[in-house]
Amino acid sequence: MAIRSIRQGGTAIAAAALVALATGSAWAGKKDDTLNIGWSRVVESNDVYFNQGVREGMIVGRLLWDNLVERNPTTGQYEPLLATSYKWVNETTLDLELRQGVKFHNGAAFTAEDVVYTLNWTSNPDNKVAVPIMVNWIKNAEKLGDYSVRINLKQPFPAALEYLNAAIPIYPHEYYAKVGTKGMSEAPVGTGPYTASNVQPGRTITLTKNPNYIVGGPKGTPTIGKIVQRTIAEEQTQVAELLSGRLDWMWNATPDTADNLRKRPNLTVVDGETMRIGFISFNANGTGGANPMQDIRVRKAVAHAIDREGITKALIRGSARVIPSACYPTQFGCAQDIPQYAYDPAKAKALLAEAGFANGLDIDLFGYLDRPHTEAIMNQLRQVGIRPNLQWLQFGPMFAAMQQGKAPFTHLTTGAWSINDVSITLRGSFAGGPWDIARDQQVIDLVLGADKIVDQAKRADLYKQVLTRINEQVYWLPLNTYYITYAFTSELDFTPHPDEVARFYQSKWK
Amino acid sequence: MGGYLAKRALLALAVAVTVSLVNFTMVLLSGDIAVSIAGPTATYEQLERIRRDLGLDQPIVVQYLRWLGNAVRGDFGDSLFYRTPVADLILERLPVTLTLGISAIVFTILVAIPLGVVAALRPNSWIDRAALSLAVAGQAMPSFWFGLMLIVLFSVMFPILPPSGAESWEYFIMPTVVLGYSAMPAVMRLTRSGMIEVLTSDYIRTAYAKGLRHFKVLFKHALRNAVIPVVSLAAVQFGYMLAGSIIVESIFALHGTGFLAWEAMKTADLPVVQAILFVFSLFYIVLTFLSDMLNAWLDPRIRIG
Repeated sequence: MAIRSIRQGGTAIAAAALVALATGSAWAGKKDDTLNIGWSRVVESNDVYFNQGVREGMIVGRLLWDNLVERNPTTGQYEPLLATSYKWVNETTLDLELRQGVKFHNGAAFTAEDVVYTLNWTSNPDNKVAVPIMVNWIKNAEKLGDYSVRINLKQPFPAALEYLNAAIPIYPHEYYAKVGTKGMSEAPVGTGPYTASNVQPGRTITLTKNPNYIVGGPKGTPTIGKIVQRTIAEEQTQVAELLSGRLDWMWNATPDTADNLRKRPNLTVVDGETMRIGFISFNANGTGGANPMQDIRVRKAVAHAIDREGITKALIRGSARVIPSACYPTQFGCAQDIPQYAYDPAKAKALLAEAGFANGLDIDLFGYLDRPHTEAIMNQLRQVGIRPNLQWLQFGPMFAAMQQGKAPFTHLTTGAWSINDVSITLRGSFAGGPWDIARDQQVIDLVLGADKIVDQAKRADLYKQVLTRINEQVYWLPLNTYYITYAFTSELDFTPHPDEVARFYQSKWK
Repeated sequence: MGGYLAKRALLALAVAVTVSLVNFTMVLLSGDIAVSIAGPTATYEQLERIRRDLGLDQPIVVQYLRWLGNAVRGDFGDSLFYRTPVADLILERLPVTLTLGISAIVFTILVAIPLGVVAALRPNSWIDRAALSLAVAGQAMPSFWFGLMLIVLFSVMFPILPPSGAESWEYFIMPTVVLGYSAMPAVMRLTRSGMIEVLTSDYIRTAYAKGLRHFKVLFKHALRNAVIPVVSLAAVQFGYMLAGSIIVESIFALHGTGFLAWEAMKTADLPVVQAILFVFSLFYIVLTFLSDMLNAWLDPRIRIG
């Protein structure tokens, strides 16, 4: 925490100094056809099945590997990638025809064996992939021919294509069986638009354009010759690298830094909305002992006490907006017309008094990520008599506190692993698992029921019922979307997307 | 000397065991390792199975003894984040931290000792005050701020040094200055006070009386004696530098053990945090022990008393 506050203190000083003092720099990226990118988050493994779904890992993953299908981020349609076509045989059987003539970076031919191996290996619980929810709907995969496979599902799962698009890259079966996850992280081999070299997991990776990449595929043909990624923890060091021309692209610039970078003529600074949403989760069923949040009137008082619109505009800025339900609006099933709680401090006070807290109450509020926002929420809660005692923790301890029922309410965010289907959030948080602290049987039945329904209209209706009940019971209070600020050399043609997956294979030099 | 050595060794061992116990307990209490391993989508049953498999349902004493038994054999378990042996991770990152630490202590000694000597030659003069101000400024400036200012100056305004990375020796210049500068006041002041004391002693007067040249008296006779306690202080400072490189490594994107420790804390990678704390504690204990031995060897009053 000390380090965080020191950093914040240094941010303004350094950013101001950098902008004031920096001289023109030589933008070497375009000249030597090398895109230098930097980010602060350490990706624990380049094997995408063994990182916790962090976007940086996904970005590298999409450069190195291909999925069976690719959702067009503009049209939302699933386009053929390693699969040329797919067909639902019945509700639990999906047949796919595979693309022929594709080669892995090590020269091995891509065949049905690779798909079958990848799906069977990753969905086997014994292999303990990092995010099992991505693959635990797969019963098995079988080879129908050299270039056709069948995926058998455990039960109907209509979101299967979205998961195949987002998080299930196909690995070369012989190579992966030989080198394992460590070997794949250190020397990745895929069919993707870029090949890997100089790999130091968590530190740096060099990606070189794959000259044999699929022609006419939905990812397009890569144009930038080389991409060098480096992990640089400090934002201000990234800024210095950017200004000195050693870095061509960075993201997650804080608002102050972004404002300063916008003044630079040779930089483009773009705010892109993301699928990440913020919300407050309540311990409504009293797991871990009685707490005031078990009373729905107190939960509603919290909902009425927070000026979501005001906080979002003043604090988060950019393209962030208030959300009516606990999901990102483009996700399938993310109903928008459900009960809302208007900002009304008087009503909040009345509800508290009705619940026996006329003199207000002292209560622990947990948080882990977005502290300025959490503190703004705390200020507004104090106005109505709720005096939060902030418990600021790292993710692990915070999650444990929630799971053990020690957190009456918690300010959280989720990026839904970039899955454009609300099932990912609801299955994780309201289906009776450890994240489900509401443990409302009606909600659990609805979520598990919706998982199995292929009829999309019916499924959407069930999710609407779930989201409505979540809002009515105030299990979650949806707050806002977030945005990411990207800063990059003006010579780069780069388009951000809400799923936070930077598609460098579609970027080009201007 | 033998008795003193044995006594200090026993004390060092006791400190090591105590530190390891406190370290183990505090880290264990700061989070649920089973949750970190299982991830956010695990079921209760999976969590319970992990707790059983790892012996997390055992009393803390039992867990500690098992951990210590493995640790003394160099087995710190696997990183929850990287999923590789913690010992491998530390060994892989240690060269960067050692390079930085050694460079920084050498920088400190090369700057602080001459400054201390100059200051001692003219006590309370403007030279003395300037030397002291220069050294104290190093301690007063937060390393993150100093680091960023150096980057602004030497990477952006006058781009002669790279702002981050560890590809060659140039990359270590700014981190070395930042880390080494913070340790300068202690070394400089100890050199100054030692020199002032030595320069007024009888044998120095005798040396001058023999007609030896000023330079020779200063460096051959005076400094050799005055610098003795500085050597032991430098050993302890070196321990501080190794453990205190977290911010410097973070600013300059040096992926050493300091940065690894910071990342491990952020990701609740408890085995890594435990191991790094333990290893750095051992470094510090060993360096303190060696400095005690050095002092005792140089000054018989310590070992006799």
